[in-house]
Amino acid sequence: MLHMWEMPEPRQLAERNNTIPVILQAMARPMLAGLACGLAGLYAAFVGILVLMHGRVIIVDVLTLGQCVLLLLGLAAGAKSRTATATRAILPDLARGAVAGSVYGAALACGLALFQIAFLRTVLVSLSPELRRMLSFGLESGPAMVTLVVAGGALGVAGSLWSRLGGEQRRATLTAATAVIVAGTLQQLLQTVLQRFSFTKAIGDLLFSWAGLKWQGALLVGAVAAVVGSLWPIAKREFGARQPTLHALLSDNRSAFQLALLLLGLSVLPALAGPYIGQVLLMVALYTLMGMGLNIEVGLAGLLDLGFVAFFAVGAYATALLTADSSVALSAYTSIPALSFWLAVPIAVALSVIVGVLFGLPVLGVRGDYLAVATLGLGEIVRVIVLSDFAAPILNGAQGILQVPRPFVGSVELSSPVSLFYLTLVCSMFAAFVAWRLQASRLGRAWMALRDDEEVAQALGVNLVKAKLLAYGLGAAFAGLAGAIFATMLTSVYPNSFNLLLSINVLALIVIGGIGSIEGVIVGAILLVGLPELLREFGEYRFLFYGAALIAIMIMRPRGLWSTSRPSGAMPGGLR
Amino acid sequence: MSLLEVVDVDVLYGNVRAIQGVSLCVEAGQIVTLIGANGAGKSTTLNAISGVLPISRGAIRFKGQLISGLASHGIVRLGISQVPEGRRIFGKLTVSENISLGSFVRNDWHEIQQDRERVLELFPRLRERLRQTAGTLSGGEQQMLAMARALVARPALILLDEPSMGLAPMLVEQVFEIIKEINRQGVTILLVEQNAFAALEIADQAYVLASGAISLTGSGAELLRHEQVISAYLGEG
Ligand SMILES: Nc1ncnc2c1ncn2[C@@H]1O[C@H](COP(=O)(O)OP(=O)(O)OP(=O)(O)O)[C@@H](O)[C@H]1O
Ligand SMILES: [Mg+2]
Repeated sequence: MLHMWEMPEPRQLAERNNTIPVILQAMARPMLAGLACGLAGLYAAFVGILVLMHGRVIIVDVLTLGQCVLLLLGLAAGAKSRTATATRAILPDLARGAVAGSVYGAALACGLALFQIAFLRTVLVSLSPELRRMLSFGLESGPAMVTLVVAGGALGVAGSLWSRLGGEQRRATLTAATAVIVAGTLQQLLQTVLQRFSFTKAIGDLLFSWAGLKWQGALLVGAVAAVVGSLWPIAKREFGARQPTLHALLSDNRSAFQLALLLLGLSVLPALAGPYIGQVLLMVALYTLMGMGLNIEVGLAGLLDLGFVAFFAVGAYATALLTADSSVALSAYTSIPALSFWLAVPIAVALSVIVGVLFGLPVLGVRGDYLAVATLGLGEIVRVIVLSDFAAPILNGAQGILQVPRPFVGSVELSSPVSLFYLTLVCSMFAAFVAWRLQASRLGRAWMALRDDEEVAQALGVNLVKAKLLAYGLGAAFAGLAGAIFATMLTSVYPNSFNLLLSINVLALIVIGGIGSIEGVIVGAILLVGLPELLREFGEYRFLFYGAALIAIMIMRPRGLWSTSRPSGAMPGGLR
Repeated sequence: MSLLEVVDVDVLYGNVRAIQGVSLCVEAGQIVTLIGANGAGKSTTLNAISGVLPISRGAIRFKGQLISGLASHGIVRLGISQVPEGRRIFGKLTVSENISLGSFVRNDWHEIQQDRERVLELFPRLRERLRQTAGTLSGGEQQMLAMARALVARPALILLDEPSMGLAPMLVEQVFEIIKEINRQGVTILLVEQNAFAALEIADQAYVLASGAISLTGSGAELLRHEQVISAYLGEG
C-alpha cells in the first residue's frame, strides 16, 4: 500500500516548469489521505455504526463518540497528508493539510447528498434521519455541505499542525485524547466503581454527570493523562538511576510482574464494581481459560484448531449429565448417583482429554491450512452428533439438559456471577501456570520445534504422535474445564451454544493478544470478550470490530498486542 | 562388523525410484564421504538411514542391529544424528533452545551439560549468541548451530548433508577442520558433499553415487586420482 502515498521529492518537482501538474502531483498524497479517511467515515455511516456511536455521549452536551470518530478521521487525514521527506516549511504543510481535510469533508458531503435521492433512502435503512441530522448540524443540505468541506479543511490543517509537533508532544496529546475517549465510553463502569467509596465519589461527581463526562471532567482527565503520560518515561529513568537493583529486578521479571498486576487488577475489580461487571469478567475469565488451552495447541505446537469448541461441549455435557437434577441426567435412569460439581469436573476433564486425543488421531498427518479445515469439520461433527436423533436419548437433542446445579463450597452455593468468576479465575490462573511451566519444559521445546519444522523435529527424536496428541489432549483439558463451568453457570446446556463462532472467538483473542503469549490471552480476552460486553449497543457490529481490530493489529503489531518478546529482540524482517 | 551397513537399499518417492541397490559400509572411527551430481540421491540415502524416509527394499544395520523400519526418534536414540541439507535450524527459537533440542532424546542431565560445554568450546561464536534468535544468525553460524545441535545428542555416527553449502571459502575450510576435529574426538562421520575435492581429502573411504546407484568406491586418496572422478567432479585441477 505504502508506495501509493509516496510523493516525488520537492526538488525534482521544482525542476519541471509546468506548474499545474506539479501542484497536482504535490497534492496527490493529501488527496488520497483525505479520500481514504472520507471513505472510512462514509463506511461507518452507511453500515449504521456511526449513528450508534453518536448515541454514546463522551462529554455531556459537547461531544459524542460518533463525533469523536469523525473529528479523529479529519485530523488523521491532515496528519497523513505529510510525507516523511517533506521539508519543514510550514505553508506547504498547511496547504496539504487543508486539501486533505477538504477532500475528507467533501466525501462526507457526498454522503449527505445521497439523502437527496429519495430512492436510496428507502433502500438503505442506514440513511436514517439521525444520521442526516448528525452530518448536517441541523442545517439545510446546501449550507451543510459547505460547512462540512470548510470544517474538514480546518480539521486537516489542525491535523497537519499536530503532525509537526515533536514526538513527546504528540504522544502527550494522543494520550490525553485516548484517556478522554476511554473515560467517556466506559463512564458507566467508572462511575459504578467511583460511587463505591465516599472519597472516590467526590472525584466521580467532579468528573461525571449521569450521562457522561462533564466538560471540566474531560479537561481534567485529559490534562492528568497528558502529564502522567509525559512524566512516565522520565520517572522510569529516574527510578532506574536511583534504584538500579530494584529496577533491574523488575525489568528482568517484567512479564511475570505484568502478569501479576493484570491478575491482581482482574481479581479486585468485581469486588469494586459489582455484579454486572462480575458477569462480564466471568465471561472474560472463561474465555481466558479456553484461550490458555487453545494457545497450547496453536501457540506452542503450531496446530491450528478450528474445532476447539468440541472439547468445550464435551466438558459441558459431561458435567450436565453427571450432575443435573433432571429426567435426562444419568442419575435418572442408571445406577450412577447424581454427582456434585467437584466430583463431576475431573470426569468431564478426563472425557474432554479423551475426545481431544481421538480428535487428534485422524489429523496427525495433516498440516497447515488443511489442518484448519479438517479440525473445523471435526468440531462440526461433534455439534451435529449432539443434535442428532441418534444421540437424543442420552443428550436430549435440541432441548438440551436443564437443572444443572451450581457448585457448593461447604453449604455455600456459588450462585452469584462474582463467586463463579473467582472460581474461573483460579482455574485460569492454574491454566496459565501450567502453560508457563510447559513453555520452558522439554515438552514445550518439542512443541516449538514441531511448530518450526516438523521433519527436523522428528529427526532430532521428537515423537511426533506423542507430542501432537499431548497438545490436543492438554488443550482439550482446559476447554473441558471451561465447559464444566459454563454448564453450571447457565445451569443448562444447549447444543446451539457450541457452534463454530466460539472456536473463532477463542482463536481471534489469541491472535490479537499475541500467539503463544500467556499475558496476551488475558489481554485478548479483555478486549474481545470484556469490551464488547461493556459496549452492548454495538453488539451486532461485533465482527466488524473483530475484523478492524485484527487488520489494525496485523499492520501495527504483527506479532500481537502482547507478543512474546524473544530474548534477542531482533526478528528477521525487522518486525516490532 | 561395521558400524553402519546399508545393504541393497531402494527408496521410492511415490513410484519414482530415487535410489536403487545402494550398499555402503561405514567403519567405526572413519570419515566416509558420499559424492555425486545434483539429484543423484545423496540426501535420499541419508534420510533413509536416519529413518526420515522409509525404504522399500534392502536393509540398514547399525552396530549390527536392524534399524530400517524404526521411527526416526528411535534411531536417534541408538546414536545416529543428522545435520540436514540446508541446515534447517529452528529459526524462531534461540540458539540455546536449538542446542537443547539436539539432546532431546537424552535424559542424563549432568552429562548433557558437559557435552553442551564441549560443543560450545568447539563453536565459540555460538556461545556469544546463545540468546539470539537462530533465524538471525549468519549462514556460517547457522551451519555451526546445526552441527552443534547434532553433536549434543552424543551420536556414534553423524550424517552431514552438504555442510559447506553456500559458505565462503574461508568458512568452508573452517567447517572441514571442525569435521576432522569432531572425528578425532571419536565420532564416526558420513559426509555428503558437493565440494568433492575437500571431502575426498579428509575421507578414509568414499562412494560415488550416480543416478541413484553406487558407481565407484575406494579410499579417499584413490578416488582423488581416479580419472572418472577427476573429469566428473574435480574439473581440470
Ligand atoms: N520429496 C520428493 N518427492 C519426489 N521426488 C523427490 C523428493 N525428494 C527428492 N526427490 C527426487 O529424488 C532424486 C534424488 O534427490 P536427492 O535430494 O537425494 O538428491 P541429492 O543427491 O541430495 O542432490 P543435491 O546434491 O542437489 O542435494 C531427485 O531426482 C529428486 O528430484
Ligand atoms: Mg541433497
